[in-house]
Amino acid sequence: MSQLSTNHLLGLDGVPREDIELILNSTDTFLEVLERPVKKVPTLQGKTVVNLFFENSTRTRISFELAERRLSADVVNFSASTSSVSKGETLLDTARNIEAMKVDMVVMRHAAAGACEFLRTRCTSRFINAGDGSHEHPTQALLDMYTIRKSLGTLEGVNVCIIGDIAHSRVALSNIFGLVTMGANVAVCGPPSLMPRHIEKLGARVFTNVDEALGWCDAINVLRIQLERQAGASFPSLREYRNTFGITVERLDGLAKPVLVLHPGPINRGVEIDSEVADGAAAVILPQVTNGVAVRMAVLYLLGTKTE
Amino acid sequence: MPPLQHIIDDIGFDRMISRLAHEILERNHGSAGLVVIGLRTRGEFVARRLAQRITDIEQTVLPVGVLDVTLYRDDVRQHLRQPEVHASSIPFDISDMHIILVDDVLFTGRTVRSALDALIDFGRPKTIQLAVLVDRGHRELPIRADFTGKTIPTTRGQEIRVKLREVDGEDGIDLISTE
Repeated sequence: MSQLSTNHLLGLDGVPREDIELILNSTDTFLEVLERPVKKVPTLQGKTVVNLFFENSTRTRISFELAERRLSADVVNFSASTSSVSKGETLLDTARNIEAMKVDMVVMRHAAAGACEFLRTRCTSRFINAGDGSHEHPTQALLDMYTIRKSLGTLEGVNVCIIGDIAHSRVALSNIFGLVTMGANVAVCGPPSLMPRHIEKLGARVFTNVDEALGWCDAINVLRIQLERQAGASFPSLREYRNTFGITVERLDGLAKPVLVLHPGPINRGVEIDSEVADGAAAVILPQVTNGVAVRMAVLYLLGTKTE
Repeated sequence: MPPLQHIIDDIGFDRMISRLAHEILERNHGSAGLVVIGLRTRGEFVARRLAQRITDIEQTVLPVGVLDVTLYRDDVRQHLRQPEVHASSIPFDISDMHIILVDDVLFTGRTVRSALDALIDFGRPKTIQLAVLVDRGHRELPIRADFTGKTIPTTRGQEIRVKLREVDGEDGIDLISTE
């Protein structure tokens, strides 16, 4: 199979295993392109991609933009703070106006869950969700899965634990959907105040003790404590969070088998993860960033060249 | 006309590889500075055979690379088809080298055109020379082969099938009529 079954990537919920495998397999190719002296291929020449970012983002937007440019697409960047959204224009009007300028693909981030789906059903472009509220962030999960697969050789039967603020995390949700589809065993771990109820119905096991979780898993995905969203309401203090859930050298040293350490960034050093761990041999945090560009190139390629 | 004609058998195939290897060496005055790059998928195996034969003759080992041109194809860009992409593997510097670009069949020339674009992104070779087992005509671009195993005139409805030991269990070239 060489085509995706869908024309858009809004999330990983319901995306068949064949599609995820195709994206991950294609990523190898684009990683090779990134190693070349000329890191650019002409595949999306003549296509226009709009990066529609209603929420601030640095690394995801740069990662997408590099992926788009390296496929030779024409790129337009839109950020809400400098647009007529601040003059009161509705989401749909903004999108329709941009679409009227004849674009082919839209990469979108929005603070509201479902915003991408809302526009997809009302517009004609191909949509890629770059994060919608606390809902999904599919390309982040794909790059996490790619990184685990590259390091451990497979996803099938691998124990992956996502640690941190599960309730507010679109990264966690997309990872759970994708990993379960790919046959991995998924667990989540974090303060009960940041654990969504009924999360186990998605196929994820729940740990409240981080040491137990670490003893169980082959790879951990450490989520950022979103300081801007907490305001101290969900746990007593950052120091207490670090003591109870922080990934420290001492915790990892006491383990029987090594654990692969992922973090979607940006890192709060000394809160959810210690510097020694983040910079240590078990961490694949910078490879994740490199793989992110390749994964996004794969998704843009597969959607942008898909026949009707 | 029967739907399938055997044009070349395994012995003829082996002789063809030998002749192409000798022609390449003759034209380049030996194997110095030569690298062999095959176009995925069948060109890769043909490239390895040619490189091995050159080694047998000259006692030197040539670097062999594999090129996947999917990302450079114009039919992919125009949504005409979407083949699965695979990684290229050229683990050496091609700058100032003489590249022998290898494919099994030369047809419209569009694959070779994509390959030339792709190779230029890897560096600046001194020359690129094209070696193919079969030239079946119907060129759509001003491209020709420097080394040709056999020229087989075909109609558009016919198909050339190059069989390789590595993939099909035997060597040979068949002409198939699909009309």
